[in-house]
Amino acid sequence: MTADRPDFFGALPPAHRDRLRTLAREVSFPAELRIFDEGGPADRFWVIRSGTVALDVYEPGRGAAVVETLGDGELLGWSWLFEPYHWHLGARTRAPVTAYEFDAEQVRGAIDADPAFGLAVTRCVAAVAIGRRLRAARLRLLDLYGAPGREPWTGAAGAAP
Amino acid sequence: MTAARPDLVPVPYRVAARTARTPDTADLVLDPVADALPPFAPGQFAMVYAFGVGDIPLSLSAQDGHRLTHTIRAVGAVSRALHGLWPGTTVGVRGPFGIGWEPPAVEGTDLLVVAGGLGLAPLRPLVRAVLAARPRYGRVAVLIGTRTPGDLLCTQDIEDWRAAGARVEVTVDRPDNAWQGDVGVVTDLLDRAEFAPRNAAAFLCGPEVMMRATARELVRRGLAPDRIQLSLERTMHCGTGHCGHCQLGPLLLCRDGPVVSWSHAEPLLLVREL
Repeated sequence: MTADRPDFFGALPPAHRDRLRTLAREVSFPAELRIFDEGGPADRFWVIRSGTVALDVYEPGRGAAVVETLGDGELLGWSWLFEPYHWHLGARTRAPVTAYEFDAEQVRGAIDADPAFGLAVTRCVAAVAIGRRLRAARLRLLDLYGAPGREPWTGAAGAAP
Repeated sequence: MTAARPDLVPVPYRVAARTARTPDTADLVLDPVADALPPFAPGQFAMVYAFGVGDIPLSLSAQDGHRLTHTIRAVGAVSRALHGLWPGTTVGVRGPFGIGWEPPAVEGTDLLVVAGGLGLAPLRPLVRAVLAARPRYGRVAVLIGTRTPGDLLCTQDIEDWRAAGARVEVTVDRPDNAWQGDVGVVTDLLDRAEFAPRNAAAFLCGPEVMMRATARELVRRGLAPDRIQLSLERTMHCGTGHCGHCQLGPLLLCRDGPVVSWSHAEPLLLVREL
């Protein structure tokens, strides 16, 4: 068994999960496909069933710098939930991907029409996608594995001084 | 004349080989000049003395008979001196010290090994020991977080471990353009590891912040805190529990650690400056 995965659907109460799934359609993407670009309209979102997607930021002279990868069960895209509904990052498949795809406007309509459903989905996006990724980003800001010019963690395998 | 105690008096070892692993990290292979130290258990550490500079605690990243291998990152005066040694140089070694990893006695237990950065080195003997007794255990996952692809240690071991039946996943904080693997924190890799929370044990080594985050996530997923072991570090100095430099609350980590359970460590790590 897989240990109590914190995937997107798993974090939704069953009734709301079932309802959201009725709005999904199954899609598949080949490897190395650009799914969306930074600044583009966030008119869809996905829950990855299999495969890997890299989130990136375009940097002049460097190209698309990958900032995070997403895998099975994870939510791809949350900019669709908040105005101005534009992607903050770009996304490209690393390997072939299968996913549940959602029409953002349709889901936002369902959220507006049913506050209980809307609260459950919003909580889920906030906890699973935004909260978890924010914590991870903050940890990575610490550069825990050692940066030049600062005292890195050394472990008992290489302690200072 | 009474024989010198190897926990108090450095035993001469000669550098048999030095292999650069990353720009600031190297493996030093040490052979005893005459008498050898007693065998080290995975996770135990030695005090390694660069003559004229000082000594530091170093876990073993491999042990082959009397031959010891340490993985050293050059960060301070002593580690820089050791990192720069070449074959033929003599160092002093005391040990073995502390309590190492304790694999579960129950057969069929799923094992999770989670390493951050240089923390992979002290876990390497454990993974090797586990895979040498592969049928005793359930699923074995080795999850590795590192700064960049170039900082990844044990690249050949990783292939060997996969071939021996372990699931090995690697994530980096800062990918280069050639990196096709995962990008993110090591806790994200827990999604890939298949394990039965009530029949699993975890072994963590890396930056303390990383170990805290991983231990909490494992507990949230159902692992009992006393089945999570982590290797802690404070300023080990004497190695024998006398000087108190490595005190963490009621523990002297050179004697009572460096490996402790999360159930013991969590309340202590919540106290600032402890």
